[in-house]
Amino acid sequence: MGKETPLITNNIRKLRFFADEMTQQELADRTGVTRQTIVAIENGKYFPSLELAFRMAYVFKVPLNEVFSYNAENDPIFKKMKNPKTIEK
Amino acid sequence: MGHQEKQSIVSIIGSVLIIGFYTLYVYKNYVAGDPEILNDFQFWGKSFLYLIPIGIVVQIVIHILFAIGNRIVTQEDMPDLTDERDKLIELKSIRISHWIFVFGFMLSMGSLALGMKPYVMFLTLLSSGFLASLVSEVAKIVYYRRGV
Repeated sequence: MGKETPLITNNIRKLRFFADEMTQQELADRTGVTRQTIVAIENGKYFPSLELAFRMAYVFKVPLNEVFSYNAENDPIFKKMKNPKTIEK
Repeated sequence: MGHQEKQSIVSIIGSVLIIGFYTLYVYKNYVAGDPEILNDFQFWGKSFLYLIPIGIVVQIVIHILFAIGNRIVTQEDMPDLTDERDKLIELKSIRISHWIFVFGFMLSMGSLALGMKPYVMFLTLLSSGFLASLVSEVAKIVYYRRGV
């Protein structure tokens, strides 16, 4: 069995790189959390609250979905449904 | 190893030292000379009441000493910030320790129901409280390492 792609992934490492190699400590200070929490988020060991997620997006000056991505195809809730309903545009 | 994990290990060491020295002190000074004191409710009441403030003060002192030692060795200050992840881990570990204590409480009441001597009940209560605090700290370490 291969390792499944996590439901929520993040681009924080990449965004930090493009923000003049912002350090984890710097990001932690700007978002009001500890560096350990930033490390845990980057490694996918902790999913932040919506508030902290928005704060990170605000620091990087990007929309939230550029910081975090949601992979609906891997969501067991939708996998169980034969015809998951989404709103057509 | 993060600061929080270090603090949990210090708390575990602190708890073991406190309970170890306190029980040894109480045993040597009170129980060894008069084993019948174990059936005295006043003795148990005093033992529990003294243990709580002594435990708090000793834990504070141990943590202060650890912070000073850590500062000297690593040249880093302990973070005084508690963020949402710390609070979540705290809540989850408290929930586990709560269930352990509830189980211990049921056991202690069970010992009374089975007609055992009251000291069995008090010892079970004390042990479950001690175990609950240990497991709480171990759970924190696991959550910090494995993730929440």
